Amino acid sequence: MADPVTVTTSDSAAAAVAAGRRPLLRRPDKPVQLSVTTVLVLFVLFALPSLMNGYYTGYMTLAAIYSVVTLGLGLLVGRVGLYSLGQGAVVQIGAWTGARLLYGTAQPFPIVVIEAGLVTMLIGMAIGLPALRMRGLYLALITLMFAGAITVVLATVNFPNGGGGFTGYNGSAVHIPPIRRPSIAGTDPAYFRFAVVVAIIMFALVYAHLRLRPGRAWAAIRQSEPAALAAGINIWFYKLWAFALASFITGVAGAVLAAQEHYLYSINFTTQDSIILLAVVLMGGVYSLWGAVIAALLLELVPGWLQSLGLSYAWLTILFGVGVLQVITTAPAGIADQFPKDMKRLGRLLWRLARRPAAGAAGAAGAAGGETT
Amino acid sequence: MIEVENLTVRYGGVTSLDGVSLVFEKGTCGLIGPNGAGKTTFFNVLSGFARPSSGTVRAFGDDLLAMPHFRRARWGVRRTFQTEQAIEEMTVYDNVAMVHSPLRGAARRADVLAAIEFTGGGLTPYARVGTLGAGQRRLVEVARAVAGKPRLILLDEPAAGLPDEETAHLASVIRAIPGQTGALTILVDHDMSLVSAVCETTAVLDFGKLIASGPTAAVLRDENVMRAYLGTAEVAL
Repeated sequence: MADPVTVTTSDSAAAAVAAGRRPLLRRPDKPVQLSVTTVLVLFVLFALPSLMNGYYTGYMTLAAIYSVVTLGLGLLVGRVGLYSLGQGAVVQIGAWTGARLLYGTAQPFPIVVIEAGLVTMLIGMAIGLPALRMRGLYLALITLMFAGAITVVLATVNFPNGGGGFTGYNGSAVHIPPIRRPSIAGTDPAYFRFAVVVAIIMFALVYAHLRLRPGRAWAAIRQSEPAALAAGINIWFYKLWAFALASFITGVAGAVLAAQEHYLYSINFTTQDSIILLAVVLMGGVYSLWGAVIAALLLELVPGWLQSLGLSYAWLTILFGVGVLQVITTAPAGIADQFPKDMKRLGRLLWRLARRPAAGAAGAAGAAGGETT
Repeated sequence: MIEVENLTVRYGGVTSLDGVSLVFEKGTCGLIGPNGAGKTTFFNVLSGFARPSSGTVRAFGDDLLAMPHFRRARWGVRRTFQTEQAIEEMTVYDNVAMVHSPLRGAARRADVLAAIEFTGGGLTPYARVGTLGAGQRRLVEVARAVAGKPRLILLDEPAAGLPDEETAHLASVIRAIPGQTGALTILVDHDMSLVSAVCETTAVLDFGKLIASGPTAAVLRDENVMRAYLGTAEVAL
């Protein structure tokens, strides 16, 4: 008789403890960050397209598309410590597959985008399998060679232009049909919105990964492979998973890029793109999702500004080189980490300056008090 | 029960473990010896970080050496490291939850929270590990070792560099591990007061060979052990 009673009391005690814990199970959300993000997303989706001229709409669409590419590369570099110099080539695979399917089939656009992502994911994993045995410089070299190889192959095979056969390329075509866009997003502003929505979905996908078990496994692998192994994490599997996820979203971005450009030419893709990509990703910041957005904006907007200043495109490489040097020496977590800190510092400085002359001695005491907090 | 037979590990010309045969029965067992005696190598063999050149290890009847490392964690091997390996950018909860667990969903969450509560020391689940002190980080590793139904827990110098009061707390935690988890716990440490406070039985390695094993108090009085730690002359006096 006594036994069941003790069981029930311990059960109810356990339930009470569990109830007490439940609020802890959710990490404290960041309301400020969440609301700023929501406002920004709404602004970009609804207000921005009507504020931009055609020139900026094109570049901002590219920025939205490439933010997914930089997100994938940032995931590899920042979360797993895999330095890939081949992401430009992964974009090309996605773009090629997307273009081929858009010319060759009548499937709905989103389906094609997902299929392009999946095909790219399989190819990316095939590259990743042997490459995962390497680290650091060797992985970077292998992926760079892969990027070079893809560039060479596509220079021979060419991007599809509505022809037949496996390659979908017709060398003597005169009237090349443009790569189709989704029916709801035919115009440039509408396609910009479409690209932003795709980017948001991809960011959400990566965010979910980071919050759940893969994110934990990646964080463990990055800091300490022995600890990860001792905890029973299959390092090889999770690294391949990171490669697969990065390749998938990059492939999706490639397919969206294909329809943005309407026509694809292999001459527009170079091996150097992959190196520039890594540079902007490092500058933007690899440890935060915002870093990917900043990186994409740098990648797409800086060349335009240089052009409007009348400077040669070659300055871009120098500028990004200096930027990477700056990041490595003073702000290893990139602009995404450094900018808010700098703004906070500036804000404190301005606050102190504003307080000082107005309130005399009392203000100085207040400022000193503010300094200690 | 861990049965080790004729275990030999060589790194190039160095023989870290030289034909060691020993048995750890149950509860908390100590493994001591001077620096370079092969204690960490022994842990590395059990957890899969080192491959022995010969010998067998049977844990509760299973052949441990046949499993790759991550499978051993799934089987129930847990270890902590000499230099603590808590993941800085994650919370305490995530650090503990990263360990493999046969539990799922709410049961798993409860198990992780229970492990954190068990280690105590003022650990809160949602503190970021990067903000914690050395003692608390050690406790995070211990919590990770007791989560997810472990069967064999290897603690590699958990008290190294800790102040006395934190070592005392750690000792009480380690002593409670077998009762909490039912796992066989093996403790490597240089702190003899910790070993004698925590371990019922102790084995002593010196230059890769087993020189004594048995009840802790008897082992610490053993002539060979004193000679290994203090040198022959002092014992002869």
